Amino acid sequence: MLALVSPALLVILALIVLPVGWLAWQSIYHDGFTLENYRRVFTEDIYWRSFALTFEISLAVTVIALLLGYPVAYLANSVPKGWSILILSLVVLPFWTSVLVRAYAWLALLQRTGVINQFLRYLDVISEPLALVHNTFGTVVATVHILLPFMVLPLYATMQKIPSDLMQAGASLGASPSLTFLRVFLPLSLPGVLAGCTMVFVLCLGFYITPELLGGGRTVMVSMLVSRNVELYNQFGAASAVAVVLLLSVLAIFFVVSRFISLDRVLGQK
Amino acid sequence: MTMTRKFGLGGALLGAIGFATAAEAAEQITFVSQGGAYQQAQTVAILDPSAKKLGITINQDSIPDAWPAIKTQVGSGKPIWDVVDTPTGNCLRGGEQGLMEKLDFSKIPNGAAMPEAYRSPYSVSYEFYSSVLAYSQKTFPKDAPNSWADFWDVKKFPGRRALRNHPFATLEAALMADGVAPDKLYPLDVDRAFKKLEEIKPHITVWWTSGAQSAQLLNDGEVDMEMAWNGRVSAVAKEGAKVSFTYNQGVLQSTSLCILKGAPNLATAVKFLNEAVDPVHQANLPLQIDYGPGNPKAFETSVIKPERAAQLPSEPANAAKQALMSYVWWSSPAGEAAEKRWASFMQK
Repeated sequence: MLALVSPALLVILALIVLPVGWLAWQSIYHDGFTLENYRRVFTEDIYWRSFALTFEISLAVTVIALLLGYPVAYLANSVPKGWSILILSLVVLPFWTSVLVRAYAWLALLQRTGVINQFLRYLDVISEPLALVHNTFGTVVATVHILLPFMVLPLYATMQKIPSDLMQAGASLGASPSLTFLRVFLPLSLPGVLAGCTMVFVLCLGFYITPELLGGGRTVMVSMLVSRNVELYNQFGAASAVAVVLLLSVLAIFFVVSRFISLDRVLGQK
Repeated sequence: MTMTRKFGLGGALLGAIGFATAAEAAEQITFVSQGGAYQQAQTVAILDPSAKKLGITINQDSIPDAWPAIKTQVGSGKPIWDVVDTPTGNCLRGGEQGLMEKLDFSKIPNGAAMPEAYRSPYSVSYEFYSSVLAYSQKTFPKDAPNSWADFWDVKKFPGRRALRNHPFATLEAALMADGVAPDKLYPLDVDRAFKKLEEIKPHITVWWTSGAQSAQLLNDGEVDMEMAWNGRVSAVAKEGAKVSFTYNQGVLQSTSLCILKGAPNLATAVKFLNEAVDPVHQANLPLQIDYGPGNPKAFETSVIKPERAAQLPSEPANAAKQALMSYVWWSSPAGEAAEKRWASFMQK
């Protein structure tokens, strides 16, 4: 058994453990041990602002993705097999397009001379173009679009395992459809909700391309601080410290989530 | 190296591998620039002719931001690059930090003949570009903004604006908007510049981060005026967009050539460096791309026609209207502090 998994373990060691270890080392060692990089992260307010903004955006993206994704997963779960395959492929299809291409597509839709503003002006709904992009709004919209599959798929997988007899049992006991949904289906789908939310939230914490392209320079998320720090301080240590703090936040989130559901559900879908 | 011309960079790399055995006897260097149309233009104007004249092989590499790689390579003690073409500030900063070879100008007569402002103990100017005020001719068919004071005047020139998300040239523009003469900028009054920037900040729609983004903003009509690099604006104009720019109060910036400390082919690298700033090769560069020669003597050759010269950022009459960026100031402690202050200015 060990012989079979050892190639995979080696890959993990070479591609994950070593680089992350090197990253952490860089953040505390530069011509001697130093906590300067961490002092900066915890005392200078641009870091707090960036971390706060990143968590706010991630939270907004997660809530919106849940509100949009739940009905889609519910629909895919309740229609016949052929239809559900169609719905799920529509969810996964954009997944095969580069994140960069999708970000530029949103730019084409949302900018001042973009499709949406042109259309609204044509309909005379607005007289001045709306500021839909180059701000936090545009960033959130595009990020939701990119992360939606990570919400829908765990939800769908969980819903698939809810026996339909339970709903029939509820109905036979006289409950209305909405009451069966609220009292039976919804609670049983909660592990999927938690799994999807964790995936989306954590992935969003590290987003770079959408805020960089659609944030107009004002929406500075943590990943952008990492890259700016490399340019600004000319040493990887400053950037490593930011990355390590972000990594620890992610691990902390996983730890908290693991108290409620098995991590297998989030990561592996058992 | 004629292969390079036909097949571009990929060809250059393949060529480099192919030539490796043949060239072992001959001298060779590894030259690094920023890729794209810019590196192709150099290949035609400067690199191929230099290689031919010196009888050496020039292996090319490209990277958008060479600085981290320079640090890592020299730090490892065994750099693989010889000569880099990088923003002049990197050469100066690298020189101070012991990452660059100090140049012996007795072996670089072409560099020695350049005015002192165009070289440093570690570098020679290679090409010039300018951060200019660009605008949409649709929004401003006449009476276009012509100075940074105009850019700051949101009443007289209503419209959406963009600036670069970087203090380089932006602080200079702010000071010029506040009435400082282009030749009296340095040392920059950083407090005054940031105060002036606070004034325009609410009116800036986008703080762009890449040249491509600045071009897209102008091309799509997303902004009506912005600071952008002259080559990007003229490229958009050439494609038919109704945009233009003024060199008035532009900030003249340069890239320079410098040699990595411990470069594997130091002697050949010095020879190449001298050849690369030869006035005739330099004069050929603007025939390929909208950048000015790093060696002002290029304008004295008959290669650049007067009407072409008039379009170039470093042509003497154009240069006279602009501020020459002081990389010495930007790599000083005050300059570095200003650069760090930028991040908190953006997030406030």
